[in-house]
Amino acid sequence: MILFKTIFASAVLLLSLVVAMYSTLIERKMAGFFQDRLGPDRAGPWGIFQPLADGIKLFFKEEFMPNTADKFLYILGPSLTMLIACLTSAVIPWGPDIVINGQTYSLQMADVNIGILYIFAIVSIGVYGIMIGGWASNNKYALLGAVRASSQMISYELAMSLSIIAIVMMTGSLSMRDIVNQQQGFNWNIWYQPLAFLIFLICAFAETNRSPFDLPECETELVGGYHTEYSSMKLGFYLFSEYINMFISGAVMATLFLGGYHFPFIDKLGLSPNAFAFVSFLVFFAKITFFGFIFMWVRWTLPRFRYDQLMRLGWKALIPLAILNVLITGVVILLNQ
Amino acid sequence: MTAAGLTKRSKIVSNKTMSFWEKIYLPAIIHGMWITAGHLFRKKTTVRYPEVKREFSEIYRGKHVLKRDDEGRERCTACGLCAVACPAEAITMVAAERKPGEENLYREEKYASTYEINMLRCIFCGLCEEACPKEAIFLTKEIVNADYDRDKFIYGKELLVEPMDPLKRIDVSKRQTPEVLEFKKDRNQRHNVH
Repeated sequence: MILFKTIFASAVLLLSLVVAMYSTLIERKMAGFFQDRLGPDRAGPWGIFQPLADGIKLFFKEEFMPNTADKFLYILGPSLTMLIACLTSAVIPWGPDIVINGQTYSLQMADVNIGILYIFAIVSIGVYGIMIGGWASNNKYALLGAVRASSQMISYELAMSLSIIAIVMMTGSLSMRDIVNQQQGFNWNIWYQPLAFLIFLICAFAETNRSPFDLPECETELVGGYHTEYSSMKLGFYLFSEYINMFISGAVMATLFLGGYHFPFIDKLGLSPNAFAFVSFLVFFAKITFFGFIFMWVRWTLPRFRYDQLMRLGWKALIPLAILNVLITGVVILLNQ
Repeated sequence: MTAAGLTKRSKIVSNKTMSFWEKIYLPAIIHGMWITAGHLFRKKTTVRYPEVKREFSEIYRGKHVLKRDDEGRERCTACGLCAVACPAEAITMVAAERKPGEENLYREEKYASTYEINMLRCIFCGLCEEACPKEAIFLTKEIVNADYDRDKFIYGKELLVEPMDPLKRIDVSKRQTPEVLEFKKDRNQRHNVH
């Protein structure tokens, strides 16, 4: 059991790292395609070695540290960001149980009964990595970026959690596994909670610091935002964790709203448990990819929000809407009893 | 009292408030995403350079060539008109007298012993070509290659004069358009037909 968990955990970690690595290439490809270009295609066929080249470049770049920086915190910042980005995947159910030698194994690292709370706990620590990095750099642009990041993430976390409360009220459980299992076939939460989905999606953009909410690293105003003073692989960690976060938030959204690994009719194909688990995993992965595409599509379409617009949207639009959604859900549940 | 009462120069500014649909952003966002999605499938404008080369115009003005005549003799007589015409002052030359026995090398009694074009100064306007009374200098479809060293951009005769071999001659017939030929006729350059 421990052996399987170890292998599975490493596999998930590896998967998120490889996906994040190739997201950088796909992002650039997408950027190219949206702008009538081809994107990188020099390193290998279709540029498939581009992420390797970028990685090597980042490793060999000069490791620069400002001499006024707080050295411990300066290193802690990107490390924390990277660590936290990898932690969230622990409670995501990647597929139904598989059977090896008559023993069933769960394709979920930990079926915590407070899975959603765990995700929110981890996500809210995520702001510390950026905050610490921006503070330790001892640079006003970095500090401004960090301050923006923290206020943005705190504002949008509220709306995000409130939108999830409606889901929790419907399912009556905080466990990710329970939430997925209640969305058998085509019985997905998105059909019952479209507003919650929309709010969650918007907040996910803000939480991962993606455009149109990429104010913390806003190049036009803040040079590089919180990572202005970072170079080499420390910068790589910050950029990389953004893509891991994208992947994981896609997975969370697919789990909570698009039925996780469920898809109509695949349970009627009469597959063996392991094949079924594999197909289900592929379905889940396709849903995550869909969200990844949405993230990129939005990034290359929308301009950045102004800071006051961002705050107004968060506090005056999304939070009241989320509360309204919770109220309506409550009323409907009461009426149905 | 408003500012209008004081100066009578104030203008009414359109400060229209957004309608409900504009305020919720979503229709505009979906419209924008529809537009970008259209670009996703559009034909790409990229030319994959080393493999695919964009075709040059037939009368492209690239690197110069110093022509030889039909018998392989250099046409240039070092009159210096090209250097005078050159707006970028890129051309320099040293004239020399043809010695007996060199009639198969140089067409005229006077020739350019050195002829240099600074390719970093040259603006490829083609005025040297127009000025030349001997049909000796032409701009070709070849491009001047990049280099790391500025000194290497001063092209001498070894790079400019076309090869002696009739098969390796550089075709400039496209640049000798009827208009150009007519222009040269107008300036009484009839002695230069062959």
